[in-house]
This record gives sequence, structure tokens and C-alpha cells, in this order.
Amino acid sequence: MAESRAPVHVTGEVVATKRIGGYRHLTLTAPGVPESFRAGNFVAVTVEGHVARRALWVHRVRASSAFGPTLDVVVETRGSGTAWLAAQPVGARVTITGPLGRPFALPKDPVSCLLVGEGYAAAPLFPLAERLRERGCQVSLLVSAPDEAHLLSALEARRSARSVTVLTADGSVGQRGTVADHVDDLLVRSNADVVYAAGPTAVIRAAAAAAERAGAWSQVAVEVPTPCGTGLCHGCPLPVVGEDGVDRVIRACTEGPVVRGDRVRWEAM
Amino acid sequence: MSARVPGPVMVAAGCGGTGRELEPYLGPAGLDGLDFVTRSITLDARPGGPGPRLVEVPGGIVNAVGLPNPGLEHFLATELPWLVRAGARVIVSIAGATMGEYADLARRLSRAPGVAGLEVNVGAPDEVGVGLFEVREPYHSASVIAAVRREFPADRPVLAKLRPDVSRIVEGARSCHEAGATAVVVGNAVPAAFPDGRAGGLSGPAIAPIALRCVATVHQTVPEVPLIACGGVRDAASATAYLRAGASAVQVGTALLHDPTTLARLRADLETSHQEDP
Ligand SMILES: Cc1cc2nc3c(=O)[nH]c(=O)nc-3n(C[C@H](O)[C@H](O)[C@H](O)COP(=O)(O)OP(=O)(O)OC[C@H]3O[C@@H](n4cnc5c(N)ncnc54)[C@H](O)[C@@H]3O)c2cc1C
Ligand SMILES: Cc1cc2nc3c(=O)[nH]c(=O)nc-3n(C[C@H](O)[C@H](O)[C@H](O)COP(=O)(O)O)c2cc1C
Repeated sequence: MAESRAPVHVTGEVVATKRIGGYRHLTLTAPGVPESFRAGNFVAVTVEGHVARRALWVHRVRASSAFGPTLDVVVETRGSGTAWLAAQPVGARVTITGPLGRPFALPKDPVSCLLVGEGYAAAPLFPLAERLRERGCQVSLLVSAPDEAHLLSALEARRSARSVTVLTADGSVGQRGTVADHVDDLLVRSNADVVYAAGPTAVIRAAAAAAERAGAWSQVAVEVPTPCGTGLCHGCPLPVVGEDGVDRVIRACTEGPVVRGDRVRWEAM
Repeated sequence: MSARVPGPVMVAAGCGGTGRELEPYLGPAGLDGLDFVTRSITLDARPGGPGPRLVEVPGGIVNAVGLPNPGLEHFLATELPWLVRAGARVIVSIAGATMGEYADLARRLSRAPGVAGLEVNVGAPDEVGVGLFEVREPYHSASVIAAVRREFPADRPVLAKLRPDVSRIVEGARSCHEAGATAVVVGNAVPAAFPDGRAGGLSGPAIAPIALRCVATVHQTVPEVPLIACGGVRDAASATAYLRAGASAVQVGTALLHDPTTLARLRADLETSHQEDP
């Protein structure tokens, strides 16, 4: 890769905030971040009064808007940090580092791809779907959630995806069930050569296992709590098997968060 | 020939990644001329401890990272040459289970091109838990320093990094200095526990007053010992407090995890304040 993609640490601003179901969608400026973003990157956000950073997937970037380049994140309130972030009004300043982490690797050929995501973690699959479609890949998308409130809208993705499947655990919208119940079937129907997965460990593990059964490649976006997000602290251990067959523990934030599904030592996570 | 004390602003062990991850945030100069202390390197590779390795607490973090590192051989082949090419003054932090291991590390590092100095990690907050040489008495750390000093050229610094325990730090600093330490780093993370009771070390702004007390006490009692302060440095004010108390340099650790540009800012600020000083 010739172009420079070094992350930056900048002060950005909230330019839009919208509640959609159980999530808060924020649009932010962060000079230098949208410009070098690739699908699968995340950002680390500073929460006032807290030493550790909060990691968030980038859901979308706009190259230009009335505010210049922007990025969107989807926030699920978990504890004090995400609650603080979700409460930031338009105009609030937010310190952001990014883009961070290894993005999804794109296939060289226009192959068939199945994208599997659950909850807010499906966010990075939407920009990925656009990139794949630009490369002539056939994209099938599976979005799942515990319930309708935690389902990312796949409306816009219908432009990039040939087929969209919606799953909820409670059946409130789409088909009822979990990714593990449906992923093998979808893999066969989409005839996918590559599976991309993002979500809780159980979901991406199921997707990686299904890919292996079907002889497809898989790339999974793993969420290990990342205290700094930048690779400095070695605090986000991800157990993998290296390319050389040797067991290793890598930093999820730097050597990940996207890794090949068949390289993760799931039982050691 | 005596070794120069590094500084005035250094990267603390284990908080600068491998150097590459810090570089984007250092401004145009990058790592050039920066005193970079590596994470502690052991003879054999270590995967590090299980997660969660860090937990946030008011004013800081508790860590039990478990010294993940690729082992000396791999470090010499990959990380060290990169740091040297980037222009960093590389101070390799070393950790061992026995005095022999420390001596071995020092001997092999003395021959590696580009090693500017060593920092001996003898005050880890949970050294027994991570399998390091146990330091109960000041003479334990002093004997490690003596063993390292014998193997490492006298014109390059050997730093002794101690635990910031005010009841032991004066004896520790004095005996390490007598054993040949160029300077004493005060200090490591403070022994602490995770909410579930697991052993770890507390770092960040919360420990600055503790380390400051240790620096001031050592400086008043044994002013001949060069001191490098470490613990909660995050801006010019926290760094200056240490320099006023007698430290000749400061190391920045946890602040980099919160804001990776801290170091670039601190270098600029300290240079300005030096110029403004009459
Ligand atoms: C690569 C990555 C991408 C993520 N993307 C998103 C996203 O797009 N939207 C979203 O809502 N959440 C996302 N998360 C999870 C989000 O970072 C955590 O929910 C958040 O850090 C919790 O902070 P808190 O202060 O609200 O919760 P608390 O529970 O109070 O947090 C306490 C500490 O634990 C850490 N922590 C707790 N749970 C997690 C977790 N699951 N992952 C990481 N750190 C955790 C926090 O960072 C903090 O240091 C992502 C996590 C990772 C690792
Ligand atoms: C994530 C992390 C990793 C660390 N790793 C090491 C290490 O490998 N060797 C060492 O001597 N100290 C290590 N330390 C201790 C720091 O170098 C420093 O002494 C301590 O954190 C206090 O300074 P601070 O408050 O600026 O972080 C580590 C600290 C942290 C937070």
C-alpha cells in the first residue's frame, strides 16, 4: 500500500445525533479520519474523566458534507462511557483517534461474499458491502439482533447487496433465530467464496465455523476490550495460530480486529 | 568514562508499543532522538497474561499485562533494528527470573548494535506472580544491578527501576547506585489488585503523589543519586513537579494510552519552559 494511512489523534465535533431504536447514531467530524478510513477500521474516543478509551466501529464515512468529511458511529449504551457519548449534543467536541486496526481484506476477483453481522457490530459491514459491490462482488447480507430495537437498518444496504436476510432472536422482525441456526443454509444459497463476520464472539465463531465447513474463506472482526486502541498497552489479547502454525497472542487492536476466522483459537478466548 | 543520564522526557516501559504504533503521534521528528524504553524483554518469548489485562479505576488503571514479549532473539532481529533505524535512543528494559538471566540478557544486549542503554525491571508490582526474580530487600535489586553492570559497557547507562515504596526507596536507590546504576527510575506501577482480587499494578495520575514523595525523599537523603521520575506524568505541570523535586528526567506511561500525542506536547512544553527559565 503506497498511500499513507497513519492514524491521527484529533478533536472532532458532533454534527448530527439521532436515536434509532436502541442505538444512538452520531455523525462526527474528525479531520483526517474519514479520509483514510477502510471498512473494518474503528476509532477510539476519549471520555472525559476516564483514562481508558472507548472503541467504536465506523459505520459510514462521507467524503464531503456541509461540515466537510464526516464519519458515523452507532452507540449502544453499556456503561458510563457510552452513556456520556450517546448524550453528546450537536456542537460537542469529542477527541477521536483513528482510523485504527486492520480493515477487512478485499478479494482481488469479483467473487461471491456473505456478510454476517449482529447488533451494532454489523456497522462496519455496510461500508464493506459498498466496496465489494464496486469490485463486482455479489454481496449477500445477513443482519441479526436480539430484537428489532437492536437491528441496524438494512434499507440502504439493499443497494449494495443482492440479497438481505434479517434475523431476530425473538422473531419481532424478519426470521426468528440466531446466526448459528441460519448461516450454513445461507452459505449454500449464496454460494459464497468468502464470509465476512462482525458481532459477538458466538456469532463470528459460528460464521467462521460455517465457512470452514463450506470450504470458504472467512474474515472476522473481533471485539476484545481495547483499553487504548492504539497498540501501545498490549491490553487486548487475541489468541491466534500464526501463518507459520505457531500459537500466538496478538493485540486485537493492531494485528486485528479483523483476522482470518480459521486463525482464531476460539477455545482460548 | 561515565554514561549520560537520558531524558528529559522518555517513554516508560510497556507503554509505547513496539515504537511503530507510537510514531504516528510524535510529530514531524517521529522517534528521532527520543529516549524510548522498550517493554520488558525476557530471554524466552512470553504470551502475556489472560484478559482482562487492564481495568480502569478512578485516576488510573490497574494492569496485569504479564510482560508479553517476543523473547530476546526475536526482539533483536525485528523490533530493535526498526527502532534504531527510526532514530530512537533505545533503552532496553530487561526482566529475568534469576540473576543469571539478567546477566545473560545484559551480555547479549551489549553486543547488539544500537542499544543505547538498559533499564532493569527489578520492582515489578507482582514479580512473583509473573515469575520474575523476587525483590524483598534492597540488596536483592543491588545484586541484580551489579550482575548487569559487569556485563554492560560502562559508557552506556544502566537504569535501575524500583517500586515507589517510600519506606524502602532510599535504601534501594542508594544500594543500586553503589552497585553501578547510572540512575534510578522511581518508579514502577504501585502494587494493587483488580476488583476480583487478582494482583496487578496501579498507574496513572493517581500514583503521581506517591512517586513524587519517593523522588523528593531520595533526593533529600542521597542527592548524589541521579533520579528519573515515573508515575502519572501527563503534562508540563506534573513533569515539572518531579524536576523541581530533584529528578533529572521523567518517563511517560499511562498518559500515552489516554492520549498518544502527550509525548510530543510534553517535549515541546518542557523545551519552552527551559528557555523561559532565567
Ligand atoms: C473494536 C471494537 C469496536 C467496538 N465498536 C462498538 C460500536 O460500534 N458501538 C458500540 O456501542 N460499542 C462498540 N464497542 C464496545 C464499546 O467499546 C464498549 O461497550 C465500551 O467501551 C464500554 O464502555 P462504557 O464506559 O460504556 O462501559 P463500562 O462497562 O463502564 O466500561 C468499563 C471499561 O471496560 C471497557 N469495556 C467494557 N466492555 C467492553 C467491550 N465490550 N468492548 C470494549 N471495551 C469494553 C471500557 O472501554 C472501559 O474501559 C466496540 C468494542 C471494540 C473492542
Ligand atoms: C500497560 C502497561 C504495561 C507496562 N509494562 C511494563 C514493562 O514491561 N516493564 C516495566 O518495567 N514497567 C512496565 N509498566 C510500568 C510503567 O512503565 C510505569 O512505570 C508505570 O505505569 C507508572 O507510570 P505511569 O503512571 O506514567 O504509567 C507498564 C505499565 C502499564 C500501564
